Order: sequence, then structure tokens, then C-alpha cells
Amino acid sequence: MDFLTVLQVLDSTVRLATPLLLACLAGLFSERAGIFDIGLEGKMLAAAFMSAAIAAVSGSVWLGLLAGIGASLLLSAIHGLASITFRGNQLISGVAINFLAAGLTVVVAQDWFQQGGRTPSLIGGGRFAPIDLPLAKSLQDVPVLGPIYHDLISGHTILVYLAIALVPLSWWALFRTRFGLRLRAVGENPAAVDTAGVSVIGLRYAAVAICGVLCGIAGAYLATALQAGFVKDMTAGRGYIALAALIFAKWRPWYALSATLLFGFLQAIALRYQNIDLGGIVVPVQFMDALPYILTVVILAGFVGKAIPPRAGGEPYVKER
Amino acid sequence: MTMMQKFLGAAATLALSTGAALADPAIIFDLGGKFDKSFNEAAFNGAERWAKETGGKYLEIELQSEAQREQALRRFAEVGANPIVTTGFAMSTPISEVAGDYPDTKFVTIDGYVDAPNVLTIGFTEHEGSFLVGMMAAMASKSNTVGFIGGMDVPLIRKFACGYAQGVKAANPDATVISNMTGTTPSAWNDPVKGGELTRAQISQGADVIYAAAGGTGVGVLQVAADEGILSIGVDSNQNHLHPGKVLTSMLKRVDVAVYNVMSAGDAMETGVITLGLAEKGVDYAMDENNKDLVTPEMQAAVEEAKAKIIAGEIKVQDYGADNACDVLSF
Repeated sequence: MDFLTVLQVLDSTVRLATPLLLACLAGLFSERAGIFDIGLEGKMLAAAFMSAAIAAVSGSVWLGLLAGIGASLLLSAIHGLASITFRGNQLISGVAINFLAAGLTVVVAQDWFQQGGRTPSLIGGGRFAPIDLPLAKSLQDVPVLGPIYHDLISGHTILVYLAIALVPLSWWALFRTRFGLRLRAVGENPAAVDTAGVSVIGLRYAAVAICGVLCGIAGAYLATALQAGFVKDMTAGRGYIALAALIFAKWRPWYALSATLLFGFLQAIALRYQNIDLGGIVVPVQFMDALPYILTVVILAGFVGKAIPPRAGGEPYVKER
Repeated sequence: MTMMQKFLGAAATLALSTGAALADPAIIFDLGGKFDKSFNEAAFNGAERWAKETGGKYLEIELQSEAQREQALRRFAEVGANPIVTTGFAMSTPISEVAGDYPDTKFVTIDGYVDAPNVLTIGFTEHEGSFLVGMMAAMASKSNTVGFIGGMDVPLIRKFACGYAQGVKAANPDATVISNMTGTTPSAWNDPVKGGELTRAQISQGADVIYAAAGGTGVGVLQVAADEGILSIGVDSNQNHLHPGKVLTSMLKRVDVAVYNVMSAGDAMETGVITLGLAEKGVDYAMDENNKDLVTPEMQAAVEEAKAKIIAGEIKVQDYGADNACDVLSF
């Protein structure tokens, strides 16, 4: 494997890790506030559809992005209503959202566009274009660093840079602000937060809303940056891989970045090489595909450190018993 | 259970209760969905053509999960639908389970294989059609490297890949064929993002013509190929129009004709095994105004010559489905 191939695999890693990272951060905010969310997949799918649909109709990818975030927020609101206000089971609500999104997107797409549950292909301003960072062209010939800057760092869409910028931002918001402290406290011991006179319900809704926005961006990235349009079930299980990454990352933003990059890297390797020959042992591509889940199980089993979920996760908050 | 499925289920129940479905044909679309712009959509177009020309009605269901295969077959058989047409190799086992219980109902499997008195097996010589588009790919390639992207890694798709690789080598023995499969689960038929990423990986390895035999995943392959300025080859349906001037050709598999013929014959149709090849125009390559500037006269002449030779038996294209081996491509 030469240097250029390594760069290409890493480039692919960044593209594949971005939707995982956004969805993982979305889940991070929600679960840190004590709301488990297995509806990440459904929200991404709904956002992918709405962003592609609105971008196709209006010709503006930014309107598409807003619409995608809107669709995802709507599903978040349903999840919040069911699991916070009505204290329903968060897992069931999440599953319902996944099914709702899987079915509704196709039916609505068929009704609007009559193209069999897909949106028209996006052209021109309907898609996010890759951005060339300053000096990328002129520095291209510098040995080693030039290609790294030109091929790997430059040339992604704005959503990729946004996703990466969101990692320190999430860390700062969660661990260095009053809001973050309260949000984490709500996930650990909501009664204490309530005693301090802060609204548990309000904080949890805020967390679920942030989750909705991030899932919306993730979905829009799939449909309007990586691809040019929506196809049914196009998230293809990425929401679940993001959940696995969240556990792997032990509910921490920086770990989330490394976990999703690792998972993205495994996918990129699996795409590039069908079977990997490790000095006599051939690793089949199926093993690479399964590796994210295997790693998550290993982490959960406590072999490599311990993944402890927020203590009040999954529990609806009841003021008085 | 998704929304769509509920609607279809409701429609099927409605048909049952009105009793109007007697001896109407039924069609079961495989997991790619009937609007995959490819294999299932071709079947759908055939059924629609039959319905339009005869004014007849047919029952349909789009499968959403593996578990529904047998269920759907039994439901249609109970309603009295005849014949029951199914698409996709994965229906073989469910049909062989069910067919014996409904001896008066005729089943059709397209791409599968079932040995039962009331089952018609329709196969296509995809390796021959793929051979032709492989030749075109090799002649259109400037880098002498061409790619193949398959959907789910199953023998049928390897048959496409193997025929394609043989065609490439026939036109240019020095050319390299890069082959990738999207996955090993049915979701590999519907993952355009992964298809697009595979396309980028193949482009970075030098491929400048890529053949996608991957159902809905192929949409992503064709999209990224068009974005990156290389040529692609569509499959099953004519996909030249998806990106005019950027899709070299499409390997046509006339599933629509097969479905149309079966539905026209109705419950009187003959059972057994039919293989549709180049001679029967069951497989072919697509030429239309979208790709006429991409295909040179020399290319077309060479392909036509090969086509005639295959029909005459002078060129033998190795069939992966027959011997589970491919001499020119390793998987």
C-alpha cells in the first residue's frame, strides 16, 4: 500500500465517518440527558428525504438543509412528547420513529415526485459542493504535507468541516458551561436538578431538540452532499452504527470522534479491499463489516475499559412517587 | 411493518373480500423494491404493459423482509391468483416449499430455480449480455482499467461479473478488471452511498468505466461516475437516460418481456425451464440517443460481431452459475 492509496482510504474514511459522527453526537446529547434514542436512523432518513425533496424543488441546498433539520426536529418532538411528557418507553418510541420514517418517506416521495419513492436527482445548487481550502492547489507539490493537505484535508463539503468543528463545541458545551452541567446532571440524577429549581422537562426537551438538529444535518449530508437525491432506506443502518459508536465512545465527544473515525476507517478498508491477506490469514470482507459491532460488544463486556451509561438513562422523570 | 406494506396488505385484503381476484395474475417484487430503476422495475413495466393492453388486473406486493416471502406466496395462492410471478433468485426456496401445497396454481420464478411440475423457471444468460458490455467498456477505457460493482455477493451477480470480465479481456487482453461487491446482506441492493464510495475507490485505482449490477445501489454508482467524469454502465433496465452522455450503455435484461409473456399466457402457461439469451433478445445492450455519441461505429461493429458469434456458438462465455468458477476473475 503506497502513500497515495493510504491517503485515498483516509479520504474515504472522512466521508464515511461524517454522518456517523453527526448522528453519534446527536445521540450523545440525548442520552447524556437521560433520553435513550434508537430513533437516530429514522431521523436521519426523514432528514435525508426532506432535504433532497426541498432541494430538488427549490434548487437551493441550504433550504433543503433547513427542511431536513425541520423534519428531524419534528420526529424529535414526537419522541420527546412520548418519552418526556407522557413518560412512555423510550425504546419503543424510538423503534416507532424508525418505522414511521422508513414508510412515510417512501410514500410521500411517491406522492410528490411519482418516481417510485425517490426524489429527482439534484443538480447544480441543489447539492453541497466540495470546498477547496485556500492554497490547496499551490501547496499540492510540497512533499508529504502537500498531498495530505490537498487530498485529505481540503476538498470536502462544508458539512464535513462543520461536523468536525462540532466535536470541540460539544465538549465545551457539555463540560464547560452551566447548561452542559445541568444537562449531564439530568441524565445522572434528575431529582437533584429538580431540587435545585431547574426544569428537568425543559432540559430534556432541549437535549432532544439538539439531537434532532444534528440528525438533520447527518441526513442532509447523505442525500445532498454524498449523493444527489433520496433513495428509500438510504441510511442503511448508519443510525445503529452511530449508536454502537456512542457506546464505544463511552458517551464522550472526543472519543466519539475517534470511534466514528475508526468505524469509518473499517468501512473504507472493507470497500477498498474485498479480502485482506495478513501474512497467510485471509480476513474476509464480512468480518470487516461486522467489526464495529464486535468491538462494541467487547467494550460492553468490559474487556477494554468500562462503558457506563448515564444513570438515569431510559427512566422517565416522575416528580413525586 | 412499513406504511407501504400496510397499504399493499390492505389492498390485498380488499381484493380477497370482493372475490374479484379469481385467476388474476399476481407478482411479488423482491427486496430492491419495484422502483429500483433496474431489475424489479423492469418486471413492473412488463406487468403494467400487460394490464394496459388487456385491461386486466393483477395483484402485487413489494417484499419488505425475508420473512414475508412464503407468507406472500401463500396469501396469493389462497386468494386464487394464477399464475404467481416472482422476481429474484431468493424466491427459489420459498416456492419449492409452497408449490407442492397448491398443485393447481402456477408459479413463475425469474432468476431462481425450482424443480416442480407447476413451476416455470425463467433464466437469462446474463453472462452473455455482460460479455458484450464488457467489450464496450474495454474499448471505451483509456486507462485500460475498468470496474465492476455488484450488489449482494451471490452467484447470480458473480455471473454478471464473470461475463463482464471475459468481455473486457476479449476486447483488450491487457485490461485490468477491478471487482467489488457492495455487501452480503439484502441491504446491499439499496445502499447508494456505499455504491458511490466504492465507485470513488475504483476511480482512485484507475478505473474509467464502471459497470454496476447492484439494483438501487447502482443509482449511487452512476451518480458518482457522472460527477467524477467517467463512464458507467447500467443494468437490467435501460439506464442511459439517468445521466445522458455519461452512461456508456446498459446491459438489458428483458424481465419486462418475460413478465408480459407469462401474464399474457395466464393460467394456461407452460411450466418448465426457459432460458432467454441473446438470440431470444432476452439480454442485450442498450443503444439510444443518450449514448449514441459515446459508442463509436467500430465499437458497435465489434459488439455486433461478438453477438452473432455467441448466438452461433462460436464464442463460449463461461457461465459462473453453471460451474461456480470464473477463470478470468477471482472473487
